Amino acid sequence: MNVVVAKTETGRALSDAFAVARGRLPGTGQVADRRRQAFEAYERLGLPHRRIEEWKYTDLRTLMREAFSLAAEPDAAALERAGEAVRSHTIDGVRRLVLVDGVFAPNLSQTDGLGQGLRIRTLQEVLEDADSALQAQLFAPENSDAMVALNSAMATDGVVIEIADGAAPKEPLHVLHIASTATPAAMFTRSLLRLGNNAGVTLVESFVAADGVKAYQVHDSLIVSIGDGSRLDHVRLIEDGRDAFNISSAMVTLGAHAHFNFFNMTSGASVSRYQATIVCAGEGSRVETNGVNLLNGRQHADTTLLLDHAVPNCASREVFRAVVDDRAHSVFQGRIIVRPDAQKTDAKMMTRALLLSDEAEADNKPELEIFADDVTCGHGATTGALDESLLFYLRARGLSEKEAQALLIQAFVGEAIESIANDTLRDLAVSAAQRWLEARA
Amino acid sequence: MALLEIKDLHVRVEDNEILHGLSLTVNEGEVHAIMGPNGSGKSTLSHVIAGKPDYEVTGGQILFNGEDLLAMQPDERAAKGVFLAFQYPVEIPGVATMTFLRTALNAQRKARGESELLTPAFLKKAYEVAARLNVPRDMLKRGVNVGFSGGEKKRNEILQMALFEPSLCILDEMDSGLDIDALRVAADGVNALRSPDRAMVVITHYQRLLNYVVPDFVHVMSKGRVVKSGGKELALELEASGYTQFEDAA
Ligand SMILES: Nc1ncnc2c1ncn2[C@@H]1O[C@H](COP(=O)(O)OP(=O)(O)OP(=O)(O)O)[C@@H](O)[C@H]1O
Ligand SMILES: [Mg+2]
Repeated sequence: MNVVVAKTETGRALSDAFAVARGRLPGTGQVADRRRQAFEAYERLGLPHRRIEEWKYTDLRTLMREAFSLAAEPDAAALERAGEAVRSHTIDGVRRLVLVDGVFAPNLSQTDGLGQGLRIRTLQEVLEDADSALQAQLFAPENSDAMVALNSAMATDGVVIEIADGAAPKEPLHVLHIASTATPAAMFTRSLLRLGNNAGVTLVESFVAADGVKAYQVHDSLIVSIGDGSRLDHVRLIEDGRDAFNISSAMVTLGAHAHFNFFNMTSGASVSRYQATIVCAGEGSRVETNGVNLLNGRQHADTTLLLDHAVPNCASREVFRAVVDDRAHSVFQGRIIVRPDAQKTDAKMMTRALLLSDEAEADNKPELEIFADDVTCGHGATTGALDESLLFYLRARGLSEKEAQALLIQAFVGEAIESIANDTLRDLAVSAAQRWLEARA
Repeated sequence: MALLEIKDLHVRVEDNEILHGLSLTVNEGEVHAIMGPNGSGKSTLSHVIAGKPDYEVTGGQILFNGEDLLAMQPDERAAKGVFLAFQYPVEIPGVATMTFLRTALNAQRKARGESELLTPAFLKKAYEVAARLNVPRDMLKRGVNVGFSGGEKKRNEILQMALFEPSLCILDEMDSGLDIDALRVAADGVNALRSPDRAMVVITHYQRLLNYVVPDFVHVMSKGRVVKSGGKELALELEASGYTQFEDAA
């Protein structure tokens, strides 16, 4: 077995990466200390493997064969390639904030005329501003997960967005991650979104590669706090290149009567994992998460959600749809914790997987940990193939096998896509799904 | 050359032979009625013509305009003009009826080398046909057959037939579940499609439909074969005497 070899080599490469990158990482004093602690934690934990329960289905010791060194700051050529990518991924009516190879690219971003109540800075700026209160929040995630710890140690840049009480910028904010590196490299980003009370915003994040960019590794994390009475609509589209690796973590906290509407779709990347911890910390808060995996070839995509109901009277709805073709592997792990105080919690989780080939695989692991007695909680899961009688009906009307499948797959994921409130973004998700379906035909 | 020529067809489903040497010839312009007791194989025949998988043809052949129909995929058959109005149309949640109709019509046109209909032209055509068949627009806005009553599903089948303009229409119990008014509208729709270059095979248990859609030929199926053929008066005979005489014959 070369598993052990892979582990040591990847592990060593990551240690080297930290040593090499250290001088380039923004932040001194406390920030540097936190990075060092985080890295030590990472070294202790090592790359997650299948005997770590949370990573059971995504064994990075086997899936992450090598660790690339930290991407260089994008040069003129990289920025040029990224510019092309921006043009083909432009969304109408949004404010674009671009990270190229893990570094904020001001010339590709729209930072003018922010208006009242909206403040946007880069992670670098915030980390270099020693008295910023945000630093503590930026490093709030514990080092108990190896990949979160690694991200804390290595984050080079990101966007830090603050929305003041009562503010509700109309334009959605689009954080566009572009991989543009000429050689295989890793990018580490950390972003923060802080919504005051009675505020609202729509945040889109998408991950893409510039033309011709092949192997790269994305390590991203996002920290979100949604103030009392505020609403965040959040859409994520993972359209990374087919050789890419994407490990993203999110930590979301909701205040009282806050509302978090989330949609995530993964159609790109070779190996990806999205892990999110969502905490209902204020009474009456509400969470809706909708996830879609569209996978083929040998893609592996893992969504692992922890919904923490910490206080009474909160509601959560989790919907997940996986479409898995060829030898791809989809993973959904949904854990719901209802703490002793969280009476009247209403939590539901429903996952469905559609297997398009005999070798496709979908794992689904629901976990309910309920410590309160007056709650409504439930989960359901189904896995199956496309319904033959529906396929035949469509084919008898003239649709080819692929066309018939495409129509049924669109319907299958449509239910999740419907949850996106913003019309433009919903259309965007629909066309991303369509691109995937067309590529299969 | 006949439009449809079925010769000595043997069909199995999961080790049971259901059609045991069935023959039938249908020419352009003709309307054939097929009657016969429950389980005699009428729907099986219609499914095999449309190309449903899970049926194994163990003998015989089906020619459509002289071509080997059994060698074609279901969608090729549709593009060449075979249409089956299902006895039990399925519900397809999440697929909007209009999207379905447009995709199907254009897939057929494309396969025939015709240009695709753009949305405005398609909408015009679809609404025109729907109005002619008394299909409310509201029905077209829903998912395919989702929440439709039995009768509404049947009307949706007739609507598709009128929209696709096939050369061979097989109607499997289109009259079941239709109320008297709906039956008349649907039958008018079918009659409007009668033409010298189109044929119909109407599967039914009841004479009433045949009062509206008057057949040129009536066939009696029993136990997987055509056991008797005749003119439209055969249907009246059956109505009076039932199928018992043929069950013995089969
Ligand atoms: N998929 C199947 N598996 C097993 N048996 C089948 C299958 N499909 C049809 N059969 C059997 O084949 C026979 C013919 O069925 P078919 O549906 O063709 O009859 P029919 O003449 O259309 O009857 P009805 O008038 O009730 O609609 C029946 O005995 C039925 O049970
Ligand atoms: Mg039948």
